[in-house]
Amino acid sequence: MTMTCWETVNAYAFRALGHGERLLPREDFTLCQQFSLIGSGMIWNVYFGLLALLAGFFLATAVALGKNAASPWLRKPCEWFIFLFRGSPLFIQFFLAYEALVLLPRAGIEIFGLTVQTSWLSRAWAGALIVLFLNTAAYTAEIFHGALRSIPKGDLEAADAYGLTGWAKFRRIQWPTMLRLAWPAYTNEAIFLFHATTLVFFSGFPAFQQRGDALYYAKYFVDKTFNPFVPYPIVAFYFILLTLGLIWIFGRINARLNRHLPANTRVRLRLRPQIIR
Amino acid sequence: MFAYCSDPSQLDGLTWLSCYLTTGKHFDFYWSFVTVLTLLAVTAPAALAFGFAGAMAARAPFLPLRVIGKTYTAMVRGIPDIIFFLFFVIALDQGIEWIMHQVRCPDWSEPIRQGLEFRVCPEAKVPHGSAPQSVHRIYGAGLAVFTFALVFGAFVANVLSGAMAAVPRAQLETGESYGMSQGQVFRRILVPQMWVYALPGLSNLWMILLKATPLLFLLGVQDVVYWARELGGAKTSAFEYPHPDWRLWYFLVLLVFYLAMTKVSEIFLTRLQRRLSHGQATADGEAQRRAAA
Amino acid sequence: MKTMLIATALMALTAGAGLSQTVRMGTEGAYPPYNFINDAGEVDGFERELGDKLCEMTEMTCEWVTTDWDSIIPNLQSGNYDTIIAGMSITDERMQVIDFTQDYFPATESAYMALNDGVDITSAVIAAQTGTIQASHVAEGGATLLEFATPDETVAAVRNGEADAVFADKDYLAPIAAESGGQLVMLDADVQLGGGIGMGLRKSDTELKAKFDDAITAMKADGSLNEMITKWFGADAVTF
Repeated sequence: MTMTCWETVNAYAFRALGHGERLLPREDFTLCQQFSLIGSGMIWNVYFGLLALLAGFFLATAVALGKNAASPWLRKPCEWFIFLFRGSPLFIQFFLAYEALVLLPRAGIEIFGLTVQTSWLSRAWAGALIVLFLNTAAYTAEIFHGALRSIPKGDLEAADAYGLTGWAKFRRIQWPTMLRLAWPAYTNEAIFLFHATTLVFFSGFPAFQQRGDALYYAKYFVDKTFNPFVPYPIVAFYFILLTLGLIWIFGRINARLNRHLPANTRVRLRLRPQIIR
Repeated sequence: MFAYCSDPSQLDGLTWLSCYLTTGKHFDFYWSFVTVLTLLAVTAPAALAFGFAGAMAARAPFLPLRVIGKTYTAMVRGIPDIIFFLFFVIALDQGIEWIMHQVRCPDWSEPIRQGLEFRVCPEAKVPHGSAPQSVHRIYGAGLAVFTFALVFGAFVANVLSGAMAAVPRAQLETGESYGMSQGQVFRRILVPQMWVYALPGLSNLWMILLKATPLLFLLGVQDVVYWARELGGAKTSAFEYPHPDWRLWYFLVLLVFYLAMTKVSEIFLTRLQRRLSHGQATADGEAQRRAAA
Repeated sequence: MKTMLIATALMALTAGAGLSQTVRMGTEGAYPPYNFINDAGEVDGFERELGDKLCEMTEMTCEWVTTDWDSIIPNLQSGNYDTIIAGMSITDERMQVIDFTQDYFPATESAYMALNDGVDITSAVIAAQTGTIQASHVAEGGATLLEFATPDETVAAVRNGEADAVFADKDYLAPIAAESGGQLVMLDADVQLGGGIGMGLRKSDTELKAKFDDAITAMKADGSLNEMITKWFGADAVTF
């Protein structure tokens, strides 16, 4: 049974989510099959990257403020959190998290008479997402903390002069300036977070019903064709596209953050690998 | 190791543990920490060299060179390092042997590629097939270092070009007004001053390189992770020291190792930053000047 | 007939003798009792003993190399070692890209191991190592496949309840079940997969293949191979 390329795309485009053909290709291993299935796996890379980035952004802001706090009760835990997640390799974090999550009781935990299911936590879609979320939050918090400390003194004095205090001062002065200063480094963090999602099924969590990410399917093809020179470059191709897309989106946001500044003093989006894992 | 270890099945408690922790396999594990540190010590300067060359190429006046420099950094950064490692080392190994083949066996008539097979004449094998295992190991480590340096060199190039651009224009113009040539300005003014701007980025890269070492196993180096996995896995009585799945403990040891390395690096790099800032036209350098005055 | 076979085999062996050739043997080192790293840090196991014996018979020098399972075939083709001797079953898929010697281990049975024998293997969650014939078998059946990178992790998944059962070579699982103190049990549902275990070689290495084939024939004929199998896999093991 040979399928046309369009049929192949239909059969495998959502295989990573469990839709379409149940069995992975077992013959031919055409470029069309490889592009469809590896592309399907990219859904998970985007899922992990996007959700971890969004959720991590808010936690990072909180942790950055905590690290900036005067009280050691607030500052110390934030410093430890950042040190732990920035100081250890991501794959060790995955391993330890997986080991911890499978220890949770299978039957669920009783809280206030309600049984809370826990078995889904050891699945990649939840467990790996939690690790990536905490990891990116730590890296981003460090970037935001650096930016908070480089807010020009004059801006804060001006805020005081206008009578802005507390939440209003933070929301209208500190937060926008922090974002503006941190944006170039944060762009890098986003790029490398997406790169890091390839580790989820590679060394972290098991693949369930052959639903995996781009690298998982690339490995499947290498395993079948014994030829590493086709599937891996396909993953690389998809990631270059993804990276270009990210750079474009973050560039637009950067332009918006800097729209009030005269053109020559803008923070140019210079991509420096400030933070990766 | 110890005399009483000759029959492990008769031992228990601490004596068992002392024998267990001193098996040949454990010494391989301990040595692998040294291997990782050695590879890091070799890779870091190599990556710096690649990065320096890349940064210089990216700002070269000669267009093709500039294109090469920029493509190099852009390409390597767009691809996750793990994907790069998975096929690059085999490609590199084959590339070297292909060149050796062209040089040493010009009369060879059989095709080098036979289907998926890659076959060069025996004289072109690197290292030679009959070479001792240690030579193969060193060659493998060499390939790994080269690949790591290539990937991290791209990041270093990025940091260095940023740093070169950050040196105040006035400094360079002053050099020119003293009658220095372009080369002299580059060597005497630009390079000495750029390091202070490059250091924060380079420190980050060092931390990243440190945490990327678990990927060494992908490149065929038996690193700390390989041995932790190997030793930690459950052992049946086919082994002298049977035990259940202890990977958790071994990985916790690795966690402590990496955290300690990070802490030491942080302390060292902070000091270096202060040394480099001394006498520089930056906020940090200014603060030091005021404190001393 | 038998003696004649041995005689031809021996003749073939002595004919090829002369300068000692170095053969690099590639293995995984993580699949006891086939191959594993012993406490001294060296490759050990059934395949180590067999490989050394074969090299001795063919008068070649053998160097042992370990590599991970995923890249074991690409590295052979790239010439990083000359043979794969890593419990690799002879399958059609693999035969398309590499050659195998005749089998040195009879077609093995794959088995399921679980926490209790009430597991329905047609619908349960089954753990298997990625890229093995067992993983393909589960994927093609009705059960849910959960894939791990190493054999260790597949067993751990059953212990912690992540998977209902693990599917792997029976010879790998049986000692683990036997030593688990009743925690793990073998299910009575063995499946025969693959066509025995052979030594993998590059398709172009016909001479090397012939040498090893002859040596294996000789070992099968004089019973020393069966002895070795019994030594490593117990008296119940299937022999030639």
